[in-house]
Amino acid sequence: MKDILSGRFANALTPAVGAVAFIFLWWLAAWLKVVDPVLLPSPQASAKAIWDGFVGGNLIKDLIITVRRTLLAFGIAVVICVPLGLMLGSSVRLYRSFEFVIDFFRSTPASALFPLFLVILGVGESTKVAVAAFGAGLLILFNTAYGVMNARKTRQAAARVMGASPLRVMTGVTLLESLPQTFVGMRSGVSFALVIVIVAEMFIGSTDGLGQRVINAQMIFNMPEMYATIFGAGVLGYGLNLIFILIERRFIHWGGK
Amino acid sequence: MLKRTAPDTHITIRGLTKSFAGHPLYTNFDLDIPKGQITSIFGPNGCGKSTMINMVAGLLPMDAGEALFDGKTLAQTVIGYVFQNYRDALFPWKRAIDNIKYPLRIAGKSKGECDARTEELVQSFDIRFDLNRYPYELSGGQQQLVSIMRSLAVHPEVLFLDEPFSALDYEMTLFMRDKLQDIFEATKTTMILVSHDLDEAVYLADQVLMLTRRPTRIAQVVRFDAARPRHPETLTSDAFNRAKAQCLEVFQREVRTKDIAT
Ligand SMILES: Nc1ncnc2c1ncn2[C@@H]1O[C@H](COP(=O)(O)OP(=O)(O)OP(=O)(O)O)[C@@H](O)[C@H]1O
Ligand SMILES: [Mg+2]
Repeated sequence: MKDILSGRFANALTPAVGAVAFIFLWWLAAWLKVVDPVLLPSPQASAKAIWDGFVGGNLIKDLIITVRRTLLAFGIAVVICVPLGLMLGSSVRLYRSFEFVIDFFRSTPASALFPLFLVILGVGESTKVAVAAFGAGLLILFNTAYGVMNARKTRQAAARVMGASPLRVMTGVTLLESLPQTFVGMRSGVSFALVIVIVAEMFIGSTDGLGQRVINAQMIFNMPEMYATIFGAGVLGYGLNLIFILIERRFIHWGGK
Repeated sequence: MLKRTAPDTHITIRGLTKSFAGHPLYTNFDLDIPKGQITSIFGPNGCGKSTMINMVAGLLPMDAGEALFDGKTLAQTVIGYVFQNYRDALFPWKRAIDNIKYPLRIAGKSKGECDARTEELVQSFDIRFDLNRYPYELSGGQQQLVSIMRSLAVHPEVLFLDEPFSALDYEMTLFMRDKLQDIFEATKTTMILVSHDLDEAVYLADQVLMLTRRPTRIAQVVRFDAARPRHPETLTSDAFNRAKAQCLEVFQREVRTKDIAT
């Protein structure tokens, strides 16, 4: 028995301890009615709402819409900002001349830019995606540029001495050399895009998406529905992060070696 | 004032000038490096050995001066370079075999030619480990062997080696020295070897270039003409000891005395 508890079985269960404790406390709080049950439904009621939302309802539909917006914003950010970051990072002088602008916008809360983008792009799909892409793009840009600047120069030198053209050094060496840092940027970028998309769905005239669903549920006091949607957003955020970590591990097999 | 070039010269360095942050390292430095020989470069730490070969190999710009290879520019010349730190010089995202093929790919060789050349290298190096592994899965010595194979893939006219064995253990170092000597005997490639180990510098060299402290000059060029292939016994021969003693004397005179004076 002791063997089982301290062995592989216990190891497999360790990560679940926190989740079980959390659900237990939640259940306890709901059962003891610490908070008004309307505000804090039991885990069972929420689980049922999640189940209904995923199986029959349109939670899954809203989730897909949010994923689509997030990935679209992320894709735009990657396509524009990875090459730009490579360029900026390979010239210290170029980076220094843009450093202030990048740092400034990176420090400006992207949500403060909504009004600006609304004026330019109107209350449509494009504003949500554009603001998210902008925020994610800056994160990707700056991480890629840093990855390039801080990459050890020996491999680039090795490629140059073997006669590789500057373009080849850039795509065949510098890009890969900076990839671990670029991935850090992409991982924070996609999480950031998700945050912005959900906020945008809440507040700028949206008829679908997880953000709109949360705020609607809250307005009609449908708490299980609200918790279910929050849970859906959590799963989404966690899932995106996990997918990136898995891709990273597979793709950057040499990382840290 | 152009210096005449000795007849068997491969690389002519003329008027080489370089300073870092206003402190001169080389001023109007001239040097002839003979063809088909191994030239060792020996000198105190920070005297500019790496800087010199990096400038000649085109990795670092000169402030002034030029280096010509048989009268050709660097761009017209095929060179190879072996870095001290193989870990930072191999591409960890490519398998060892693809690292070796990289310069061939750059040179626009077909897949067939790449395969044939790597096979040839594997034969001549008598490689027993799996080249389908990634560099980080190989031992230090194996990695440096891969880097040397990579540098030789394109049949370089000149091979630069910057302390290539200093990160390896003693046994591996001995093995690699002899491997390098074998390659040299088979190809007669002009080699420029920076070494911190005087035994190694003399053992492998046809001539040892002794450098002074910065601003750097040539203190003396010491010849070592012992027959090849050289063996571990060479290390105890009279000729070796004489050459080494001469190097040491130059080193004492140029480095130690100044060291005490400053
Ligand atoms: N990028 C740089 N900026 C400023 N100084 C430099 C730079 N690179 C080299 N130096 C200086 O130039 C001198 C020569 O450096 P170099 O690396 O060529 O020496 P070295 O002879 O190879 O030394 P070691 O034996 O330690 O390898 C050193 O004093 C070094 O501090
Ligand atoms: Mg050096």
